[in-house]
Amino acid sequence: MKSDRIKFLFFALVVLLIPLPLSGGYLTNVLIFVGINSVLALGLNLLLGYAGQISLGQAAFFGLGAYGSGVLTTAYGLNPWLAMIAVALCVAAFAFAIGFPVLRLKGHYLAMATLGVGVIVNIAFNETVDLTGGPSGLSGIPNLSIGSLTFDSDLKNYYLVWVFALGMILLSLNLVNSRFGRGLRAIHDSEVAARVMGVNARLMKVQVFTLSAFMSAIMGSLYCHVMTFISPNSFGFSMSVELLTMVVIGGLGSVYGSILGALLLTLLPEMLRTFQDYDIIVYGLLLITMTIYLPGGLVEGIPALFRLLVPAKKVTEGSDA
Amino acid sequence: MELLNQVTQFVISGLATGSIYALIGLSFAIIFNSTGIINFAQGEFVMLGGVLTIFSLNVLHLPLLAAIVVAVAVTTIIGLVFERLAIRPLKNATPLMLIIITIGASILIRGLVMLLWGKDTQALPAFSGTDPISIAGATLLPQHLWIFGVTVLVIIGCRLFFNHTISGKAMRACSFNRRAANLVGISVGRMVLFSFVISAAVGALAGVIIAPLTMTAYDVGVMLGLKGFCAAIMGGMGSGLGTVLGGLILGTLESLGAGLISSGYKDAIAFFILLLILFIRPQGLFKKGETERV
Repeated sequence: MKSDRIKFLFFALVVLLIPLPLSGGYLTNVLIFVGINSVLALGLNLLLGYAGQISLGQAAFFGLGAYGSGVLTTAYGLNPWLAMIAVALCVAAFAFAIGFPVLRLKGHYLAMATLGVGVIVNIAFNETVDLTGGPSGLSGIPNLSIGSLTFDSDLKNYYLVWVFALGMILLSLNLVNSRFGRGLRAIHDSEVAARVMGVNARLMKVQVFTLSAFMSAIMGSLYCHVMTFISPNSFGFSMSVELLTMVVIGGLGSVYGSILGALLLTLLPEMLRTFQDYDIIVYGLLLITMTIYLPGGLVEGIPALFRLLVPAKKVTEGSDA
Repeated sequence: MELLNQVTQFVISGLATGSIYALIGLSFAIIFNSTGIINFAQGEFVMLGGVLTIFSLNVLHLPLLAAIVVAVAVTTIIGLVFERLAIRPLKNATPLMLIIITIGASILIRGLVMLLWGKDTQALPAFSGTDPISIAGATLLPQHLWIFGVTVLVIIGCRLFFNHTISGKAMRACSFNRRAANLVGISVGRMVLFSFVISAAVGALAGVIIAPLTMTAYDVGVMLGLKGFCAAIMGGMGSGLGTVLGGLILGTLESLGAGLISSGYKDAIAFFILLLILFIRPQGLFKKGETERV
């Protein structure tokens, strides 16, 4: 456990130091989205990688967070921080309520049901024009501020988002190593066996679903205040699939894997910008090849590759001992 | 009287799109029954049917019938390649891996089509003119008749195939018990391949016959696929009458909802029905409950 803490502190240090040489340029802006996507992917990974329950509607909770905060602060002039808390709690309550019927389903049926929830929520964003501005989006969302400090530059927003992200990463690290986390993994391996061992599988699945929705909603609120403009396209089925890709590529059941996946898939479209629409093909290929050849994701793949490249040394060490 | 005419109109167009959902649902069920896989790329086969027909017609200048045959054949080959490259290499795949793989395939196919033919929506000309036929105060398009006709033919064809041919019976045997089927000398691998081939062909055909009515583009597959799945769920994932009824009910409700409530919520209605059925009767509307085995 102690090495875990050191690992996290090292990670946090890197995160906090990275933007300094970049001095708030374009890359800092991209790294803001890495932070947001990291938490979204992490939330999905808690559900998918640890508890083994798929969700194809994760973008809906992200969107509800964003639209909730956006609408409450623009149309009703509510304090953004207050709105964020209220919206996150409402989204969590919503997830808790639909979690019971949805998570009774398994496998393909669960995938379809979560997808259905995602699509319905997205249609609602498009159709409730009076409230959300419909397909043309919602603009004029204020930046967040604490006292006289307004988060209006890339650098400030970077720290804003990543402080939240680091908090949630720490929370997740603690969670997966706790009794709760072990329960989730037991459910993943065999729900029946977990139940026999006294794990309240039904409640636990709903709890982790609610937690992932809560995390996504907070990130949605931050996203809307950072962007100051939101439109339904950002919260559709393709976003849910993108998050799934991040989790699978990074590594199912690995906290740092989600961050790695988010980093890779957020940077990739930026690097592929010259090829524009090619990124969708890359996603598809990545999903297929990773699932077939590297189901453990990059988190397992990179050390494996390392061992593959330097195998001889290991063998001699072993024979010495 | 005005309202009654409107309702008749909605029901007619609902039944037509419902037939398409039934066909797509059937194509889901064919794969599910022999493999236990829900193919999330099923909608992409439907999309390919429409897009490839338009391509053969406009670019290769083939006559309509030849264009349709080419489109269905090419989609079938893609289904075959997909099974070989993505499904077969997976040994002991969990449902989760299969979901992810088929989603990967669906976005890959969608991306390739977008790159090759762009993002524009295109329409296929109706097979036999657009002069409306009027029935009971509502109008019926000739294309609607084509849809009903082709759907009925495909369903009869499937029924004959599964009940009266050796391959069809072998596929059904696989769906009942793969191990037992293997023991009596049925090549399960080949049957799985078969199911992907047939399913791709049925899906593509559905895509072809609906293209003149609804237009087609690289991204229509998602929605059509999901509605087809919804129909299949309503029918209890069987490949028979249940799916057809499910499709027709879904199409009609959707059309009535769009006409009488709001067209923007059309797709939401379908998903609402899907959720309701999943929550209340996941075994389908027309099936008796089965005890779940662990």
